[in-house]
Amino acid sequence: MDKKILVFLTIVTISLAACSQGVPATQEAEPGTLAPSPVESVTLTVMTHDSFAASEEVIRQFEMENNAKVRFLFSGDTGTALNRAILAGAAPLADVFYGVDNTFLSRALEENIFEAYESPQLAVIPDQFKLDPQNKALPVDYGDVCLNYDISYFEQAGIEPPHSLEDLLLPEYRGLLVVQNPATSSPGLSFMLATIGVFGEDGYLDFWQRLMENDLLVVNSWETAYYTEFSGSAGRGPRPIVVSYGSSPPFEVIYAETPIEEPPTAAVTANDTCFRQIEFVGILRGGKNRALAEKWVDFMLSPVFQADMPLQMFVFPVNPQAELDETFAKFLSVPEKPVQLDPAEIAENRERWIQEWTQTVLR
Amino acid sequence: MDTDSPEVNNSTALPPLPEGERPYRRGSGLADYWRARPWLRVLALWLGPLIFLALFYFYPLASIFRLSYSRAEGGLLSPFVEAISSPSVRGVLSFTLWQATLSTIFTLLLGLPAAYLFARFEFLGKSVLRALTAIPFVMPTVVVAAAFNALLGPRGWVNLGLMDLLNQPSPPIQFTNTFAAILVAHVFYNTTIVLRMVGDFWSHLDPRLEQAAQMLGANRIQTFRTVTLPLLAPAIAAASLLVFIFNFTSFGVVLILGGPRFATLEVEIYFQTVSLFNLPLAATLSILQLIFTLVLTIIYTRLAERLSRPMTLRPQAITQRKLLTWRSRLTAGMLVALLLAFLTSPLVALATRSFTHLESTTSGSPSASFTLDFYRELSINRRGALFFVPPTTAIANSLVYAGATVALALLMGVPAALALSRNSTSLTSRIFDPILMLPLGTSAVTLGLGFIVALNRPPFDLRASPLLIPFVHTLVAFPFVVRSLTPSLRSIRPRLRQGAAVLGASPRQIFRHIDLPLVARAILVAATFAFTISLGEFGATALIARPEYPTIPVVIYRFISQPGAINYGQALALSTILMAVTATGMLAIERFRIADVGEF
Repeated sequence: MDKKILVFLTIVTISLAACSQGVPATQEAEPGTLAPSPVESVTLTVMTHDSFAASEEVIRQFEMENNAKVRFLFSGDTGTALNRAILAGAAPLADVFYGVDNTFLSRALEENIFEAYESPQLAVIPDQFKLDPQNKALPVDYGDVCLNYDISYFEQAGIEPPHSLEDLLLPEYRGLLVVQNPATSSPGLSFMLATIGVFGEDGYLDFWQRLMENDLLVVNSWETAYYTEFSGSAGRGPRPIVVSYGSSPPFEVIYAETPIEEPPTAAVTANDTCFRQIEFVGILRGGKNRALAEKWVDFMLSPVFQADMPLQMFVFPVNPQAELDETFAKFLSVPEKPVQLDPAEIAENRERWIQEWTQTVLR
Repeated sequence: MDTDSPEVNNSTALPPLPEGERPYRRGSGLADYWRARPWLRVLALWLGPLIFLALFYFYPLASIFRLSYSRAEGGLLSPFVEAISSPSVRGVLSFTLWQATLSTIFTLLLGLPAAYLFARFEFLGKSVLRALTAIPFVMPTVVVAAAFNALLGPRGWVNLGLMDLLNQPSPPIQFTNTFAAILVAHVFYNTTIVLRMVGDFWSHLDPRLEQAAQMLGANRIQTFRTVTLPLLAPAIAAASLLVFIFNFTSFGVVLILGGPRFATLEVEIYFQTVSLFNLPLAATLSILQLIFTLVLTIIYTRLAERLSRPMTLRPQAITQRKLLTWRSRLTAGMLVALLLAFLTSPLVALATRSFTHLESTTSGSPSASFTLDFYRELSINRRGALFFVPPTTAIANSLVYAGATVALALLMGVPAALALSRNSTSLTSRIFDPILMLPLGTSAVTLGLGFIVALNRPPFDLRASPLLIPFVHTLVAFPFVVRSLTPSLRSIRPRLRQGAAVLGASPRQIFRHIDLPLVARAILVAATFAFTISLGEFGATALIARPEYPTIPVVIYRFISQPGAINYGQALALSTILMAVTATGMLAIERFRIADVGEF
């Protein structure tokens, strides 16, 4: 029996060895990661949240043009990734950080983790996206958190989908809406901010109070809201209106189970119903490759990368020169007048707003 | 200290040794030195585990606490005042304790009868059932939520069936966002801990003790109360402690299944850290959590000292019997059915859902048909995405991390357990024993930030290294290894070791020929825990994971966080694959169980 144990221990020891050696071995096999290549190339490290995605082709293009390797670090959700970038402090984990949005922008700027960089690409980008006048955080993309609805439900019930936030209080929408908790979910926070933007600090709690009376359902995560409770997507839940993204309907076409022509869902993009999220990139203070980091920021703002983003991350490019994919553009509805709040105001009041909301809605 | 191995000098009385074994030689100066100082041996046993904990636990934790309090504006004490004076923190704390207590009680209620069944009886399909019961333990919370949703959610099989049956348009059972959902999920996750830790110990109890009690006129209940229960107490206490701490620090279950009206300390720490960036308060809540863990563990350690007694462990061949009477077969059958229903039905529901295409119909309840699309899609990189990973690669990554975790956890855990069991009443044991449990009671959010702050200089710049993953997994698995081993090690009669020592065996030989065979089974239990913990771990893996080397749970999460039916379907398909990998791994580890028989 000793032998069996020994055999067993040997197996696990070998796997340990495999881990300590195997991982670097695969690294060498794979271009674009840690391993130094024979030609002297510099490695650029990009820290980001775990929803980051890009086409392999596009990243390779950057690597070729700059004789560089790009290494990505996924560091959790937006808030977690930003916290990690802040706490790494003087010994930054990466050269560039991408993915801080306008609800977290103030935290990033107050903690002073970015170095200013005036990218030449900024010239073509509309001013409405440039929220940091010092250009420490440069806008890359935007998206809107909007109400999504199940088209077939409203067709069958013979009622119109809601056109405004106030509509949600009407008796015909009773028990139809599911939203996320702003304390635990990013779209949840955005939707709460939209109501503050529309009804003001004095009126938003009253609106939520009446939403509760109209049988509102609150869940903690986007996944639960969209896949468990919402009737328009794969989970086929019981509620036909959900808080999600303006780009969710094209997702439903591109990632349909069987090819479909029209999305089963649509986003409400009427004025003053959506909240705009803008994502930023910045060069991390204390990074070692300032020159290459600048190149990367320019690249992210350039039409090549900007045109790749919609189908990879389902966000919109801030660069108007980027061409949009057809499927994406076809089912896309961008709100003309989304709600926007000053990042400094969000940072200042976030805790109090969430607490007031919790008192009103959850207690 | 090692009073049970007195000095021996009769080298002629050595028994014949197996090949390759060197006899213990007298006259070597080093060996003499070593032998004369038993505390050195204890120190050597502690050395590895303590260095490991210092480097990967205490150092990062201390660093993040120091940084957090340096940001406190009103001085060091202000966050403590803030925490204690806040009614919402008090509410969170009492809810955390309440749900953990209830969950632990329910877990014992299901786990103990199951442990008895597995310990005392031989029946068909036992090893498969044992392997199945481990699967819940590895499932990422977001998948377990999906599994319960596939079974009990508004469009789960149960509600769909009932809607059809009752001809009702709305789901009759409300499960998600309830307190019951939290309890059910906790029992679902943790029953395997009780089943394995208590069941393993139980299977080695000498049934003759019980038989003797019954011969003397005790009825079954009296026998259980006065003989079996006291003997089992150390294992039950150890399992309960682990289950309680797991529930006490519960995050995903409470967040996803419990919904917004419930929050544990860990959920609150996440909110304070990520949403509000109030690090001083978050650190204070983490310390609060640690204090509770420490107090519990100290109570446990004191209890275990009093409870554990040396006894003769018997091989399973002697302790197990067949189910002979119809009554016993019926009871066993019902228990197996209950276990299957409770532990595997959500998983079966999930697996079935991964092969199902749901189409909404006009009647309100959707229609279902068979599909393999989700599995096919897993190997297709539709978008030419940079971080696309085929399922085989994710499986390989998961297995490599799990193998490394098993090796590391045993390497650290076995010496620590040996040291603890050799002299359970010594000062070192009293201090170290509770400390070993701390990693389990530590906020993952806080410790994760600790790694960023602390491990930032070569040679330990592991912040972005995949090597950190097995170390973090070992941190969680380590207490399991120690807790699985100590009850068995402590129950070994000192006389056996003394006898071997009298016959001239060296400490190493004693370990190899006495301790190891007697605890081989417990080592396997420990290994299974390490294996499953690593396979299922999501939080730390996601934070450290380089996108090139994701584990199965990380890839599942990538799918489920995007809209689109095929994404959701792929998450379910990959979860089903994770279940299959776990079951296969568990069955493979169970094969080593054969080693247990007949060597006593």
